[in-house]
Amino acid sequence: MIDVNVPMLQARARAVRARVLRMAHAGKTPHVASALSCVDLLVALYFSALRIDPANPEDSGRDRLLLSKGHGCMAQYGALAERGFFPEEVLAEYARDGGRLAEHPGPHCVPGIEAATGSLGHGLPIGAGLALAAKVRRAEYRVFVVLSDGECFEGSVWEAALFAPVLKLEGLTAIVDYNGWSAMAATRPAMEPLADKWRAFGWSVQEIDGHDVQSLASILGSVPFESGRPSAIIARTVKGKGVSFMENDLEWHYRPPNDQDLQRALLEIRE
Amino acid sequence: MRAAFVRGLTAAARQDPRVILLSSDLGFKIFDDFAAEFPGRFLNVGVAESNMIGVAAGLALGGMRPFAYSIAPFSTLRCLEHVRNDVCYHNLSVTIVGLGGGYSYGHNGPTHHSLEDIAVMRALPNMTVVCPGDPLEVEPAVIAAAAHGSPVYLRIGRAGDPVVHSGPVRFEIGRAITLREGRDCTLISTGNTLALAVEISGRLRANSISCRVLNMHTVKPLDEAALRACAAETRALFTIEEHSRIGGLGSAIAEWAAMNCISRPLHLFGAPDAFAKCTGTQAYLRALCGLTVEHVVDTIAGKLANVPSC
Repeated sequence: MIDVNVPMLQARARAVRARVLRMAHAGKTPHVASALSCVDLLVALYFSALRIDPANPEDSGRDRLLLSKGHGCMAQYGALAERGFFPEEVLAEYARDGGRLAEHPGPHCVPGIEAATGSLGHGLPIGAGLALAAKVRRAEYRVFVVLSDGECFEGSVWEAALFAPVLKLEGLTAIVDYNGWSAMAATRPAMEPLADKWRAFGWSVQEIDGHDVQSLASILGSVPFESGRPSAIIARTVKGKGVSFMENDLEWHYRPPNDQDLQRALLEIRE
Repeated sequence: MRAAFVRGLTAAARQDPRVILLSSDLGFKIFDDFAAEFPGRFLNVGVAESNMIGVAAGLALGGMRPFAYSIAPFSTLRCLEHVRNDVCYHNLSVTIVGLGGGYSYGHNGPTHHSLEDIAVMRALPNMTVVCPGDPLEVEPAVIAAAAHGSPVYLRIGRAGDPVVHSGPVRFEIGRAITLREGRDCTLISTGNTLALAVEISGRLRANSISCRVLNMHTVKPLDEAALRACAAETRALFTIEEHSRIGGLGSAIAEWAAMNCISRPLHLFGAPDAFAKCTGTQAYLRALCGLTVEHVVDTIAGKLANVPSC
């Protein structure tokens, strides 16, 4: 059993949520709810599961995390800053002219960003290639790819889903941030039964509460679930998690928080 | 050129253990020897080009030098956004191989013709576009692509492409090759029209027109020094390619000429802005759009008659 420091993870998650809200507010950008839904996932990865060293971000043996749902990158920027990959003040460059941090991350825009994402359906093929390179070169690193459920409409996700089990890429883990919403619609009618779909493609699958940091850390720390198979985690999440008036409201896929929204939201997350 | 590609890739793989070949279910039997010599370095990824390109990008991020192989429209247009975002945006050492440039797949029809690939690949930042002119250029081009260190689109013909060079070729990406000297005009070719260009030059010589043949095997970046010399030393420039006249070699040179105030007459030979209207062999379809010795010779002679001498 993996030793999980739950209060620490929860505190980190609150700090990252506050950063997400402040970035969306200052940058006047959309996708705040998409970022909030994957905060706990990213905190469990960056603060527990991943073998990484922020002081040595290019170490060849590091685990790789690709946020394939690139529009959720405020959560990734916030988590990387929290983990010490770059100074806090870099976050002020988010959605600022001349800054390094766009609304979708560019290649190696800051330490810790392994691949540019933003167009959906790209992370899993790239992650499969990275996992294959590890196998060919006998490297030890593992690859984690965080996808959105809306992203699972993309055909390339399923091309990669077919490919990885054939190559027995046990170093690859796909995590679906299953918050139930794409940009304009509920996803469940098309996605269900989502875990069965991944199983049918040959993945070893576990379903989990995507906001329970204890379970997340335990399960993410235990991959691969089966030898010789890639792992998939269906993380049931809430879009906008942590801010009551943003939860499950598609308005917050688009609307940046104003001054009042920010104050109300920060009170709710009790950072 | 297909067999030459396999020979070149085998040589590259012997030199560099990072070279790995992905195919989207194309190349029946031709990679068997490669796969036997380099276990784990040939992978049929299935009929899934988007995934192939993403996997290639991931392999390159992981330190490999992948080649991604399919028929040209499938390795370029089908998965274009993956080429753009995964390969070019990250500026990775991935070579996209387009088999069957132009009308090589004749009777297979317009789904398999590739008349837009140069235009589209050329527009992508970080992408180098290489179109070898004959099988002898393909081998060194593959080796150069493997060593290039950034994205390359390698457009080759199919089987049975004529050999133009008489021996081994000194091939350098971005350095055009002069196949025939000439003083009156220059015919600039890229890819599989090279043999045609050389034949045209010979026929013009019989008509007392001295036509230089410049093989611009690299369409991006253009060999601007070679172009400047042609513009200074000959009276008119002609381009020939088995590709749409929109966006290909001729367009690239027209852009260069416009930006550099080159006042020489310039005329483009290539495919029209149209899908093939009927089925046909490569030779038949070439003839339909004027890519024949007779048509090009007549056109060049007619154009030159109206151009004052240097």
